Amino acid sequence: MEQTIRKAPLQCRVNGENVEVLVKPWQTLLEVLRDELRLTGTKEGCSNGNCGACTVIIDGQAVDSCLTLGLEADGHEVTTIEGLADGAELHPVQRAFMEHGALQCGFCTPGFIMSAKAFLDKHPNPTETELRTGIAGNLCRCTGYDKIIKAIMSITEK
Amino acid sequence: MATVQDRKYVGQSIEKADALERVTGRAQYGADVFMSGMLYAKALRSPHAHARIKSIDTSKAEKVEGVKAVITHKDLPVPSDTATSFGGELMIALKDLQKLTMAHDKALFDGHTVAVVAATSLDIAEYATSLIQVDYEVLPPVADVVSAMDDSAALLHEDLFTKTLGEPPTKASNVATYLEDGRGDMDQAWNDADVVVEDTYDTLMVHQGYLEPQACVARVDGDGTVNIWTSNQGTYNVQRQLSALLDLPQDKMIVTPMEIGGGFGGKIYTILEPLAILLSKKSGGAPVKMVMDRNEVFRGTGPGSPAHLTVKVGAKNDGTITGCYVRMVYDAGAFPGSPIAGATVVSFGPYKCENMKLEAFDVVTNKPRVQAYRAPGGTPVGFAVETVMDMVAEKVGMDPLQFRKHNAVVEGDLMTNNRPLNSIGLTEMLDQIEKHPSWTSPLEGPNRGRGLAVGFWLGATLTSSSVIMVHADGTVTVTTGQVDLTGIRTTMKQMAAEELQIPIEDVNVRVVDTNSAPYTDLSAGSRSTWTQSIAIQRAAENAISQMKAHAAEQLKVEPEDVEYADRRFWVRNDPEQAMGWFDVARNSVRRGEGPVCGEGSVTRVQSAPTFGANVVDVEVDPGTGKVKLLRYTCFQDVGCAINPVQVEGQIQGGAVQGIGWSLYEYYHYDDKGVMRNPSLLDYRMPTALDLPMIDIVLTEKPASEGPYGARGVGEVPIVPPPGAIANAIYQATGVRMNKLPMTPENVFWALKDNGNGK
Repeated sequence: MEQTIRKAPLQCRVNGENVEVLVKPWQTLLEVLRDELRLTGTKEGCSNGNCGACTVIIDGQAVDSCLTLGLEADGHEVTTIEGLADGAELHPVQRAFMEHGALQCGFCTPGFIMSAKAFLDKHPNPTETELRTGIAGNLCRCTGYDKIIKAIMSITEK
Repeated sequence: MATVQDRKYVGQSIEKADALERVTGRAQYGADVFMSGMLYAKALRSPHAHARIKSIDTSKAEKVEGVKAVITHKDLPVPSDTATSFGGELMIALKDLQKLTMAHDKALFDGHTVAVVAATSLDIAEYATSLIQVDYEVLPPVADVVSAMDDSAALLHEDLFTKTLGEPPTKASNVATYLEDGRGDMDQAWNDADVVVEDTYDTLMVHQGYLEPQACVARVDGDGTVNIWTSNQGTYNVQRQLSALLDLPQDKMIVTPMEIGGGFGGKIYTILEPLAILLSKKSGGAPVKMVMDRNEVFRGTGPGSPAHLTVKVGAKNDGTITGCYVRMVYDAGAFPGSPIAGATVVSFGPYKCENMKLEAFDVVTNKPRVQAYRAPGGTPVGFAVETVMDMVAEKVGMDPLQFRKHNAVVEGDLMTNNRPLNSIGLTEMLDQIEKHPSWTSPLEGPNRGRGLAVGFWLGATLTSSSVIMVHADGTVTVTTGQVDLTGIRTTMKQMAAEELQIPIEDVNVRVVDTNSAPYTDLSAGSRSTWTQSIAIQRAAENAISQMKAHAAEQLKVEPEDVEYADRRFWVRNDPEQAMGWFDVARNSVRRGEGPVCGEGSVTRVQSAPTFGANVVDVEVDPGTGKVKLLRYTCFQDVGCAINPVQVEGQIQGGAVQGIGWSLYEYYHYDDKGVMRNPSLLDYRMPTALDLPMIDIVLTEKPASEGPYGARGVGEVPIVPPPGAIANAIYQATGVRMNKLPMTPENVFWALKDNGNGK
């Protein structure tokens, strides 16, 4: 069992802070974030990369943190939902979600916001179809996506 | 009370009260609870759909270092009152809930919990479950309702006898209940008909698909107080179930609601909570956390009920319906309690008809015991009825909308349960469709079709309570046990500000634990905002009357001589004699009757029936059978949209769940009764890429009761989608669909079987 397998050191930056933590080699980044660092804003919806609720950004790329081993983040820059706002100043995607009623239960929201942010950073003026494709890896069961699409499109028009 | 024009907050799309917490990741859901010394629990689940459990050996698991407790059904107390049932719209008997919580003598479905381990880490708990040895005698599985009703079918429960008004059966059966309802003369109905259409329909098991897997933490204190933090649709609902299941007094059973990541009816009966409590007890009171993974969510929670339906409708050549018949067989899963009551009410809900016969069977099979799923029971029967109505309309040569207008129920008409409808807005809604571009604009191009379907939902009522506390600075806290599924904090804030006539910024709504607010039933059945509109109104009246008493004391008049409006109290005959809201509030904490605390409850109100309709344009690929949605419009009579953006969101979400049910989603069982697609990859829910914008058109015909005439809005949106899409596919291809989901494969074969369509 685990007692016989040594933990390994993980050094990375999370939300702009240096983080050094011992992790089990098989621990996912999601587990490291939630269980070790207590950054519970990143959600676990399916544990196999199909729902996108655990989306975080590593070096500008949106990834499913449930499919990423914690140790794979070694030496990288990880951004979670907790690190998106600049102090009290929300990120435009966060504000757009609030203003457009783009969330209901809110469980998929952090993952959606991270996916949308990473997508918009690379595609600042997407068509609706491009945007729908860009966030197709994130499932939402409350909204029917309508208001999420409208919220994200509202920032691209600005 | 303010008139519609004067309303300041009700009717406004006020931003969600807790939006900031949810966009910043600060909102705390069930799995986000961490406690000192917390243990992690994992269940061992049956790999067999139907098996006798001959023995369970947990000794090896118990010896693993880090394991603190292992439980099996033997750790569950025997309930004292087995006759009790729980739920909202869909009830479960306590004796069944007990056997569902952990398998007793038999495992009744693939995923049925057999034993649970609590350990210092989840890794250890998972490892320990693999050491538990269960000796199963595998039995033949009962796969679906049709084979379950066969005389040769294996029995799930040897002590299950069909409940019926007829002769009591002498033989055990998989049919738990047979209901019959109706009115008029069916022979006459068919004799009077110029056309009669009859067809049979099948739907499969589907899941609510909430993104948040079930999660809870339990801790048993030294004095026996049980604390549970959980994401469930009703805290008192959980308290009552646990109290009965574990034989605990309710004052020692504290249920704290965590934010809930979607429920849709699927988080009503307790699943993990009793297990976590038993493990906490057994491990000396340590907090025990139990979180499902997605595989367990599919196999171990309560999905939505599948059904086998036959519908027969007769009509005269002028389009007047002469008779309606439905035979509904609903699958309850492993224990009785499928949504036949909801299905019965929905069935012919939108149609005026003197002659009706409804037969409903509640049947058990070797599948997870179902829970409610948004308008429980409504979607399968809606699919069948709306398809048949479309066929009847075509046969009598009427446009589908004109046919529905011609037969639409109005206030005073009888529902299927033979009770009269109160105020409804079906006709108004159909009039809106008639003028709307989604219906009037031409649809061109090959393989394209437009479909229409109507849906009905009666709505639950039950009990709701709220307390309004006025602080010394005049701000207000509304305290309630009403779980916030998707926005009750926001609508309650709007309604409280409206009724108290104070700025909305001064109102804060807190959803609190069972021991901090009066009893409130669960958030389900399209009931929360609507019943709370009455509870809040009463609480506000109560608070204002207390404020008036304080003002009267200061102004040296009788309370009945004091008037109130817009934060000002004055003497009726001498309006110059007045006091402001803040002065009264400040004085209230040290004078007279003391602090102001208004209470409001509602236990019995009339139902506020809701109608919805969908108009959908599809394009069918004749080569693959793939259905593409080109345009989707939802119409709904909402009575009064307390918060239009939230109302739209509810309708859009419900419609898209209905679209998933129509086109993609189903439990795929193999011949051993084992689910083969328990992941969100293989159980295919709609993504943003599958959908067009979902347009919303609201009708606002006030309901009979309540301060604003609001109706519940959450459920009816999931009733019309499969009928509307099936009717659109027919228009596109000339082929009728009798099965859900209408996957490319099913559409492809339906086209092949019908000579490749029109």
